[in-house]
Amino acid sequence: MSTEIELAAKVVELVRELAGRSAEAEVNVRHQALALTRFANSAIHQNVAEATTGVRLRLHLDGRTATGSTTLTGVDGLRSLVERTVAAARVTPPDPGWAGLTRPAALHISAAHPGSGEHSGLAFGFDEATARATPGERAERVRAFVDAAGGLETAGYCKTEYLSAAFANTAGQAVEGRTAEAAMDGIARNNGADGVARLLASRLSDLDGAALGARAAAKARAAADPIELPPGHYEVVLEPTAVADLLQNFSIFGFNGKSWTQKQSFAELGKEQFDPSVTIVDDPLGSRGEPAPGLPFDDEGTPARSLVLVREGITRAVTHDRTSAAEAGATESTGHASPASRSWGPFPGHLRLEAGPAGGTADGPAAVAGSARPFVARMRRGLLVTDLWYTRVLDPKTLVVTGLTRNGVWLVEDGEITRPVGNLRFTQSYPQALGPGQVLGIGAESVLLPDSWGGARYAAPALHLASWNITGNASG
Amino acid sequence: MSHFDEAGAAVQAALDAGARYADARVMVCRTESMTARNGAVEDLGSDESAGLGVRALVGSSWGFYAVPDLSEPAARAAGRRAAEIAAASAQVAGPPAELTTSTPVTASWASDCKVDPLTVPLADKGDLLVRATAAAKAAGADQAEASYAIWDTHKWFVSSEGHRVDQHIRECGGGVSAIAIGDGEVQRRSLPGQYGTRGWELIDELDLVGNAPRLAEEARELLTAPLCPAGETTLILGGSQLALQIHESVGHAIELDRILGWEAAFAGTSWLDLTRLGSLRYGSDLMNITIDPTFPGALGSFGFDDEGTPAVKRHAVRDGIWVGVLAGRDSAAVAGLDYAGSVRSDGWSRLPMVRMTNVGLEPGPHTLDEIIAATDDGVFMDVNRSWSIDDRRLNFQFGCEIGYEIKNGRRGRMLRNPTYTGIGPKFWQSMDMLSAETVAWGTPNCGKGQPGQIGHTGHPAAPARFTGVRVGVRG
Repeated sequence: MSTEIELAAKVVELVRELAGRSAEAEVNVRHQALALTRFANSAIHQNVAEATTGVRLRLHLDGRTATGSTTLTGVDGLRSLVERTVAAARVTPPDPGWAGLTRPAALHISAAHPGSGEHSGLAFGFDEATARATPGERAERVRAFVDAAGGLETAGYCKTEYLSAAFANTAGQAVEGRTAEAAMDGIARNNGADGVARLLASRLSDLDGAALGARAAAKARAAADPIELPPGHYEVVLEPTAVADLLQNFSIFGFNGKSWTQKQSFAELGKEQFDPSVTIVDDPLGSRGEPAPGLPFDDEGTPARSLVLVREGITRAVTHDRTSAAEAGATESTGHASPASRSWGPFPGHLRLEAGPAGGTADGPAAVAGSARPFVARMRRGLLVTDLWYTRVLDPKTLVVTGLTRNGVWLVEDGEITRPVGNLRFTQSYPQALGPGQVLGIGAESVLLPDSWGGARYAAPALHLASWNITGNASG
Repeated sequence: MSHFDEAGAAVQAALDAGARYADARVMVCRTESMTARNGAVEDLGSDESAGLGVRALVGSSWGFYAVPDLSEPAARAAGRRAAEIAAASAQVAGPPAELTTSTPVTASWASDCKVDPLTVPLADKGDLLVRATAAAKAAGADQAEASYAIWDTHKWFVSSEGHRVDQHIRECGGGVSAIAIGDGEVQRRSLPGQYGTRGWELIDELDLVGNAPRLAEEARELLTAPLCPAGETTLILGGSQLALQIHESVGHAIELDRILGWEAAFAGTSWLDLTRLGSLRYGSDLMNITIDPTFPGALGSFGFDDEGTPAVKRHAVRDGIWVGVLAGRDSAAVAGLDYAGSVRSDGWSRLPMVRMTNVGLEPGPHTLDEIIAATDDGVFMDVNRSWSIDDRRLNFQFGCEIGYEIKNGRRGRMLRNPTYTGIGPKFWQSMDMLSAETVAWGTPNCGKGQPGQIGHTGHPAAPARFTGVRVGVRG
């Protein structure tokens, strides 16, 4: 039995002792060891590690709810957590939205999931070497990235993360699991032109610093001396790194069950809102050779499972925690509770845009992602976009987003890259960009990518779209 | 209870393991937050966290390690581990790392706080949010949200140079929003969320309940208001929006770590070139930007930064000329500057880095009414709705919750979905009127760094006028 599940059980017992048997309680225990080696100007300039165990308690008592957390996991710290959470629950206003506890349920099994845990039933694929990676192993990959850039200035990070977690509630649900992941994200710089390469993996050994550095450098070299283009609607090929941004915004603002319930989302279940070639799945347990590092249960103890959000262009589902599911009249949570889901809404954290059929040539310049090459070869006039940056929602209902391109844009004419282009500002409705008839192609290979800020992961192929609304360029 | 001993043990262990400089921070943090929706409490959280983070410089390379354990053996182990990580950094080493001179101090500092927010009864706090959201709902909001957040942080800092500084920083803030949902349209009106290094008196001053009905009415009116016209015009910004304009297009641009390329891969760089410090025209003569962690009650206020440097006010832009940066001891040394003082972390488990303190615009001679009266044709916008700026901090596009037409010196029709866009220095050079009505706005959600950190920054700002600005960008 893991230390985390023992801690969770101890807190459940303390709740029973201090609040009585009528109290409903959920306990999450997370032990996280995070290490990140950061480089800039082609040298390691920040190198950090931490190992923390946190305990989070949500308590529902006499119709009132309160949440508390602590990193003080000794006897006194845990007792203090329970005492102050009980005290808070007793005086807070009533909570008419409480949706009750998850009943005991077994975790779902997926051969693609790299998590494990002695008592989780998920003992496959977990990579101890990643969980115990040293700063030296991360530095080796940084060295390889820097060397492969061939003298260009480089910046980025290599990180490894180990998570061992447990959940227990007073209704008898008790689950545990652990997972490990590694990521590398870096740029090469060439006289103001940047090129990027990034990858997420469940094994550090799957990260090839030299390959990533070479790709970033090839992009930076191909991006030198950019021209500027006027605003207008352009046909585009988005590389996987850019497509991840679309998935992120769909995730947070579109498929969020609370936004949907409150009619602030574009999503309309059963309606053909996307091109028929589009299928989007939330895959917390991974599938089809795309392992998805993460825990096999959510913060309410609901077992994680695959959820089809869009199938062949038709919006099929949004994600729920227990509260939003109850508000929506849905039968059950989809397993997307998080510490913030009650206030911010539950959103998918493992979105995958289904790859398209294989086809066309994969040959092409090293600066172009493999799954984008066939689309570039057939584009008459348009833009190849590597990355999107600082995207923000202007209108939540139509999901109109503004942001900029970054890390490489090129003008494509008659199937050839003709000129690098300076960064561009766009203002574009994302659902409209992927609407019926607007998707000209989906790449045959998905790439697993880390989120730039939160803990989400995205599996994205390249996308060929009929139109993208450019509203300016970065120089004005 | 003091934690200097544990911090000192970590520092000594790092030195024993080969570090030529080390510092450590013990932090004990309590936070509390509550949200309410439509007349009911939605979420109430109370969090406690304690730990130690130690930074070690071995040769020319840094290492950082953090543990949630405040025992001396754990502190010593953390110090050794930080030195080991620093040694690994040397595999891909940079140029020699130096630190600017810092006089060791032994000092204590605490932020002002009239009403300790953690002692206000939870029932009273919940009642306030419930009443505010109920009032907005009753006035026509389809969704009404209100929230508050409280941060109570004790820090003990020790360096191998002899610093021993403890601080107690209390911050709080909150707001209320009304959302109206129409046919394919969602409109939000908010009391701009306001935060500061202050006590519960800040929340009382916001009058969440009293403002809620007006916000609901404005949100409903926005559903059918005309769209903000597209084109180039005179733009008047309210103080709350101008605060974010300062944050994004000045505050981040003057961060020295960005200028030096240390944030290039993630947060980006800066358009500013150190060779032009002291001569570059950033804005009009009206533009005076200060870096001022001593500003009373603002969200970026402190007594000492997380390297032990005392809080000092200095100019970043004087009479429109760029004259200063936000710096840390290592970045300042690289740049050849003789000051630091802008390094902070968001907790014991994160590496301190260059962060905005209070970056604000000094007041001008006018009032907002005078600015409007002096404007024949333009648009007024306020309260941020969306924000986006490029990785060099030049090209920005902001959306605001609300706009008004300005015609012949008067405020006219309400305008829906107002946006404006521009290039930083061109925009600031077009500022031709500035109000004296300064408010120190707080931004509690500034993201930077990897692993990610959430910074708290303050932005004293007053309404101002800008000419020739492109507005009404649409998708």
